[in-house]
Amino acid sequence: MKKTILIWLALGLASFVLLPWHMTDDGLFDPRWITDGVAATGLFGTLAGQWWLAPAGLALVVATILQLTIPEPVKRARLTLGTAGAGLFFMAVQGLIIVRAGPRVFEGVLTGDGIMAGQAGMGAGAGICAIALLFAATISLSQSGKGQGDAFVVSTIGLIIALVGIFVFFPVIHILVRAFEVEGGYSLTQFFPRFFSSDIWGLGCLIGPRSCGVAINSLFLGVMTGLGTTVLGLAFALIFTRTDFRAKKVLRVLTVLPIITPPFVIGLALILLFGRAGTVTEFFADLFGWEQTRWLYGFWGVYFAQLLSFTPIAFLVLIGVVQGVSPSMEEASQTLDADRWQTFRYVSLPLMRPGLANAFLLGFIESIADFGNPLVLGSGYSVLSTEIFFAIVGAVADPAKAAILAIALLSLTMSAFIAQRLWLGKKSYATITGKADSGQNAGLNPVLKGLCYAIALPWAALTLIVYSMIIFGSFVKLWGYNHSFTFDHYIRAFGIDFENRRLTGVAWDSYFTTLTISSIAAPLTAIVGLSTAYLLVRQKFVGKDAFEFSTMLSFAIPGTVIGVSYIMAFNFPPIELTGTSIILIIVFVFRNMPVGVRGGIAAMSQLDKSLDEASITLGANSFTTVRRVILPLMGPAILAALTYSFVRAITSVSAVIFLVSAKHNMATAFIVGRVENGEFGLAIAYSAVLIVTMLAAILLMQLLVGTRRLRRTDRVQQTAKAA
Amino acid sequence: MKKIGLISVAALLASGAAAWADELSVVCSAEQDWCDLMVSAFEAENPDTDVLMVRKSTGETLAQIRAEAGNPKIDVWWGGTGDPHLIAAEEGLTQPSGVDTSELLGWAQNMAEISDGRAIGIYAGALGIAYNTEILADKNIAAPECWADLEDPRFVGEVQVANPNSSGTAYTELATFVQLFGEDEAMLKLAAVGQNVNSYTKSGSAPSKAAARGETGVSIGFMHDMVKLAAQGFPLAIVAPCEGTGYEVGAVSIIEGARNFEGAQAWVEFALNAETQSRAPEVGAFQVPSNSNAQVAPESPDLASIKLIDYDFATYGSSDTRSRLLARWDEEVGDPNPEQ
Repeated sequence: MKKTILIWLALGLASFVLLPWHMTDDGLFDPRWITDGVAATGLFGTLAGQWWLAPAGLALVVATILQLTIPEPVKRARLTLGTAGAGLFFMAVQGLIIVRAGPRVFEGVLTGDGIMAGQAGMGAGAGICAIALLFAATISLSQSGKGQGDAFVVSTIGLIIALVGIFVFFPVIHILVRAFEVEGGYSLTQFFPRFFSSDIWGLGCLIGPRSCGVAINSLFLGVMTGLGTTVLGLAFALIFTRTDFRAKKVLRVLTVLPIITPPFVIGLALILLFGRAGTVTEFFADLFGWEQTRWLYGFWGVYFAQLLSFTPIAFLVLIGVVQGVSPSMEEASQTLDADRWQTFRYVSLPLMRPGLANAFLLGFIESIADFGNPLVLGSGYSVLSTEIFFAIVGAVADPAKAAILAIALLSLTMSAFIAQRLWLGKKSYATITGKADSGQNAGLNPVLKGLCYAIALPWAALTLIVYSMIIFGSFVKLWGYNHSFTFDHYIRAFGIDFENRRLTGVAWDSYFTTLTISSIAAPLTAIVGLSTAYLLVRQKFVGKDAFEFSTMLSFAIPGTVIGVSYIMAFNFPPIELTGTSIILIIVFVFRNMPVGVRGGIAAMSQLDKSLDEASITLGANSFTTVRRVILPLMGPAILAALTYSFVRAITSVSAVIFLVSAKHNMATAFIVGRVENGEFGLAIAYSAVLIVTMLAAILLMQLLVGTRRLRRTDRVQQTAKAA
Repeated sequence: MKKIGLISVAALLASGAAAWADELSVVCSAEQDWCDLMVSAFEAENPDTDVLMVRKSTGETLAQIRAEAGNPKIDVWWGGTGDPHLIAAEEGLTQPSGVDTSELLGWAQNMAEISDGRAIGIYAGALGIAYNTEILADKNIAAPECWADLEDPRFVGEVQVANPNSSGTAYTELATFVQLFGEDEAMLKLAAVGQNVNSYTKSGSAPSKAAARGETGVSIGFMHDMVKLAAQGFPLAIVAPCEGTGYEVGAVSIIEGARNFEGAQAWVEFALNAETQSRAPEVGAFQVPSNSNAQVAPESPDLASIKLIDYDFATYGSSDTRSRLLARWDEEVGDPNPEQ
């Protein structure tokens, strides 16, 4: 461990001496910073008058000396911890105080030419120094008797807390603080009446003709969608794992389609099918002489669209969990003379609780943060996410109102989170153990099977229709009016001039940017998400609940708020990222991380702790245990995290709109622009290409990650024969 | 652990983004095709400048330049309705471009005067009514000719218009009513029209799109958007209301603290010259150009034949008037019985 610390410290010192401390205008691999006359590394900067850079270097030097001179381990660890912590603290303080325009506060005390000249955002040197100090601190912490003495665990916790702190809390605070803003200052007393106003929490719709508050609308929609998607997802998961349904492959594709669909497309297709002038509506109107109504616009339309869009998320969470339920338990139950219904009801279903709870939580959060569907179909049914969007970009921009609504939204999420915790309780759900486990999963009883089919198949049929419509729409001149066949939309978007070897289509730029950024973001998201899940399930540490909630925070905050808060936080030193592709990658990683966390928690709760213990007893450390034992068993969770983060990076809109720049434009921002412009053909053609791309990518990932082998026969008990 | 460490290092390493001196960063709030045309035309004239253009709506752009104030990443903001440009000017987020405006029409110069030269008019578009000819024929409803017609019960449940709290288009409509009929009368009339409204949409262009697809019978919005939809083949007829109507002025502004001021200035000059403006109809932009020498497309709504009011941008663009009118709208017109 002493060696590890020394390696990190050496790395930090090297970067302090050799690498540019601040970010440079020429990009990283351009060596111009060496010659352009500005003393750029941490050391030279310090010597040239930027004395405030010194503490970081000093801390590195002192920590190295401490490591080499003090023989007594605990004392050495404590002193190193203090030194590295102080170094980090001073680094953060100087970065926050001294920006491009000089000091932000204490102008009277901080004087001198060097300081007045200000500094740019932190660059490579600063970044590596910070990481070196962080790891020196966490490894020391683990040796000073805290955290079970496991350096890997403590360092991972430290790193994730630091990352979540910088990329979730730091930006979000920028905007939430505006909730307390009044003219010329801040006020707590003003906040409460505004927060509890009847516009937000009013219950008028229950007792009279008035509409309810937006938060109540969101809450109702979220609960309905959470329940609906969980039931649908469970039905699908059961069909996949417990029946001999023939068209499983088709079904599988259908369950993936909605998550890989760019926003607005489902809403648009629904309007063309079920709107007042929609195909289905007109068909029934002609058949039965019904009045063509606008029922789609309002709660039911949004609910309908959300069920279509979010069921796959519930399915992704549940499939791993349903697969994981141990056949031995079910066999034991049947041996004890329980019938298949009783086995399902009293054994399998309770074991799926973590999955059900997580699926509901995700459905609920997705629903209340969803922005595209309410915007297209919501009409008079106002929800928090759209209200927040228009409080920021509407005709009257009111950031304070946006912040208050965002806090309302957060409080809903927090309540759902707590409710989920209470429902799960402290029971154990582990069913994947090291013991031989070679039975067969019980099949479903006929009623339950029928029920699953009855729930899932109409959904599948509807999805099929919606997607046929989308494909159809991309090949016709004017969807809904002129149905003559054309390739025009594809040629405009993805035209290639073979003679001059040029890509002439208007969509190529954003297409490649989107793919690059998503492919970088997806594995990062999976790593951060799953390591967080590992910490939450397997490790005990102080403040674990708060830590868990904080990882959910970025998911629960509407994209618009995240987008604007990222600009506010990362447009200025110490961390200046706006206009780069990094900010897009970071926003995706931290926004989609919760899915990795949720899926990871659900999957990991099923892995019996004895597996870890066996590994540790055999002399492996926790890093090896994660790598050799837990990871291989986490196949479905890894796949889900990878898939989901990749797809979300491609399809998310509201956060991205603020962060895209000319150099790094994203596909969704492009599509939204076209939709706003009424060019549905082009938008849909582009969406169709994205859908195909994502399908291909998902299949590829499935191949790469592979399926986990549980040493169980993957066959389901042949219910037909048994019955 | 090391892996995460290395990756985050890599991320930090790559963060040194380059900003070249001859790059011009443009946010475009007009239609994408028009933006693309402007960029390629500008680059053809200024081969040394690399234009980085991104399209964002006016609301998004205003939110972004507010958040970026002090260290802006954008040089120039081209296109989009004038109100947000005027707000940006009022808040000091944009700077005077010092470009010659003598060739421009009165309303464009007026905008420059109001904003001390910070926002300059580039095009105008009148507010109008559109109706779906198929729906009205099916239901045997006589076509509307005036604002007052929309109060008629024959349009019950058929009118769609945006909510002025979220949409600049709808705010222009509100301000137009106030200027046409006086404030109290305007509120009464809007409330009467409200009896026929099936939905106050969030976005200003949504009602006309809904009318084009037959989701509503009648919409209120900007006429050039309607012309474009009709040109695409939708059964949409366009009406210039008989009482007279208001209009929007699209603008161009240079962001305060722009890194490439000369480039931005060149862009503004380019955007105002007659030749550039005459090309807009190529991409289906049927707004009326601000340069008096620019050619007007035959499809463009002819401003001369429309009874335009003398829209008072200074008064109705100011934050105070805006909040007051919107508060009254919420109180007296509002959303008394939204669809659930």
